[in-house]
Amino acid sequence: MKSHRNITLLGPLLLIAAVIAVAGCTGTTEAPPSKEQTTLTVFTAASLTGAFTDIGKAYEAENRNVKIDLVFDGSQALRTQIEQGASPDVFVSANVKHMKALEDAGFMENGTVELFVENSLAVIVPVDNPAKIATLADLTKPGVKLVIGTKDVPFGSYTRQVLDKMANSSAYGPAYKEAVMGNVISEETAVSSVVPKLTLGEADAAFVYKSDVKQEDRDKLTRIDIPAVYNVVAQYPLGILAESQQKDAAAAFIAFVRGTDGSAILTEYGFDPIP
Amino acid sequence: MVSIRYRKAGNAVRNVSWTKARGAGLTLLLGILLSSFLLFVTVPIASLFLRITPEAFFRSLAEPVVVDALVLSLLTATVSTVIVILFGTPLSYINARTEYRGKDIVDTLTDLPIVLPPAVAGIALLMAFGRRGVVGEYLDAFGIQIAFTTLAVILAQVFVASPFYIRQARASFEAVDRIYEDAARTLGASRLRVLLRVTVPIAWTGLVSGAILTFARALGEFGATIMFAGNFQGRTQTMPLAIYTTMQGDIYDAISLSIVLVIISFAVILAVTFVTRRRI
Repeated sequence: MKSHRNITLLGPLLLIAAVIAVAGCTGTTEAPPSKEQTTLTVFTAASLTGAFTDIGKAYEAENRNVKIDLVFDGSQALRTQIEQGASPDVFVSANVKHMKALEDAGFMENGTVELFVENSLAVIVPVDNPAKIATLADLTKPGVKLVIGTKDVPFGSYTRQVLDKMANSSAYGPAYKEAVMGNVISEETAVSSVVPKLTLGEADAAFVYKSDVKQEDRDKLTRIDIPAVYNVVAQYPLGILAESQQKDAAAAFIAFVRGTDGSAILTEYGFDPIP
Repeated sequence: MVSIRYRKAGNAVRNVSWTKARGAGLTLLLGILLSSFLLFVTVPIASLFLRITPEAFFRSLAEPVVVDALVLSLLTATVSTVIVILFGTPLSYINARTEYRGKDIVDTLTDLPIVLPPAVAGIALLMAFGRRGVVGEYLDAFGIQIAFTTLAVILAQVFVASPFYIRQARASFEAVDRIYEDAARTLGASRLRVLLRVTVPIAWTGLVSGAILTFARALGEFGATIMFAGNFQGRTQTMPLAIYTTMQGDIYDAISLSIVLVIISFAVILAVTFVTRRRI
C-alpha cells in the first residue's frame, strides 16, 4: 500500500529528473578555456537585461579569454547586495541615486563612475489592446488594469514624476493622476516582471522605459509615447567596484559598452547612448 | 535519532579500548556537527533581532504598509486554511477509508504542489484563471476577474499549502482503528455521526497540526502570489511581498516584518508540538 504509492510518485519524479539531466547535457558547449581565463561579474539594472545580454555575448565573441557573468535585478536590490558584501567587478545602475549611495560609502572606484546612456518612459499596451487605450488620456477609463513600479524602484519613481508633471499641467490636471493611480492593479519591483503581465494580456497597460519593448515583443506590445514636456530623462551610471581584482579587464569591458559596438546594441534596444 | 552504519572490520581483533575511543570520537564529531548546524540556523534569525532597535521596530509596526500587510496576511491565510479543511477533510477521509481505481493518481496530484516551485504554481494559476486563462476567459465573459485580486492571493495559498493538511489528515484517518468505528456502527450510529463523533475526535491532533502547518505555509507564500495576484498594498501585498517591496526602500520596515513572521512561525511550531504531544 505505502510502497505502492511511493512508486506512483517516484515514477514521474524520475522522469522529470531524467528530462532535466538530458536538458542539462545539451547546454552551451564551452569554448576551451585559454590559459588566462577571466570572469567579470557585472551587476546590471533589470531594464538593461536585453541589451547587456547581447553586449555580453558580443564581448565574449571578441575576447575568448573573458567570461561575462551578468546578474540582473532591480537597482536597489543590487545595491543592497553590494552593501551586504557581494563583490561584482562592475555595477550598472538605472539611476544616479543608488550609484551615489555606493560612491559615498566607498564601494565604488569613484573615478570610473560615469553616465553612459539615457532613457525615458513610455506606456505599453498589449497589441490587441483589450482596454482600447490609444492616448494617455485613456488611462483614466474605469476598469483599466494598469501596472507600475513601486515608489522605491527607479522606473516606479519616474512614473510618479511623470504623473506629477501631468497633474500640474492644464491639459490633464490633478484629477488625471488620481484616476490613473486608481487603476493600478500591481506595483512591481523590477521592470522584468511587468512586461510578461502585458504580453500575456493579463494587464491592459504599464508605465515602463521606452527601451523595455524587446525585439521579440514588438509584435505583442504597442508603445504609446509620452511627450517630452511630461517625460523624464533617466540617466544610467556605470562604474568599477573598489574591491574588484580585475580593474583593467573591467575597464576594457566598459570601453566596449561605450564604444561603437556597445552603443549600436544599446540604441537598438531604445536607449540613447551618451557620447 | 541518528543511526550510524559502518562496515565491520573484516577479521580484525576488536579490542575494547579501541572501540571505546572510536565511540568517543564519534560522539565528539556528532556534537560538532549538531552544534555547528544549530548555529547556522540560529545566528541569521538572531541577527534579525540584533540589527534593529526596539524603537525602530515598534515605529515600523505602525507604518501603514506593515499594518496592511499583516492584516491581509492573517486574513487570507485564515480563509485559505478554512477552505483547505472544508475540501481536504472529506478527500483525505475517502482516500484513507476506501479503495477505488485511480486513488494513487489522486494522492499524487494532491501532493504535487509540495514539489512544484512556487513560481511554477503562480504561472500555472495565471494560465488557468488569468483573464485569458483556460478557465479565466469564460469567467471574464461574465465579468468575473480573479487575477490581481485578494481572491487570487487565497487561491495561490490554497494551491501551495493544501498538501500539508491533506497528507497529515490522510495519515491520521488511516491511523484510526476501525474497531471503534465498527462498534459505533453496530450501536446504530449513522456513517456521518460515526465520522463526527468517533473518527474525527480520535484523529483530532493530526488534523489540527496539519491545519496549523497549512496556515504557516499560506502565511509564507511568495512566488505564486506575486505572479498571480501581483503586488498591491492592502489588496494583494501579503507579508512576504511587503518584505520584498520594503527592502527596496526602508530596510527597517523589511526587518520588522521579518521579525513578525519569525515570531508567528515560532508560535506555529510551538503550537504543533503542543498539539501533537497531547494524547487524548
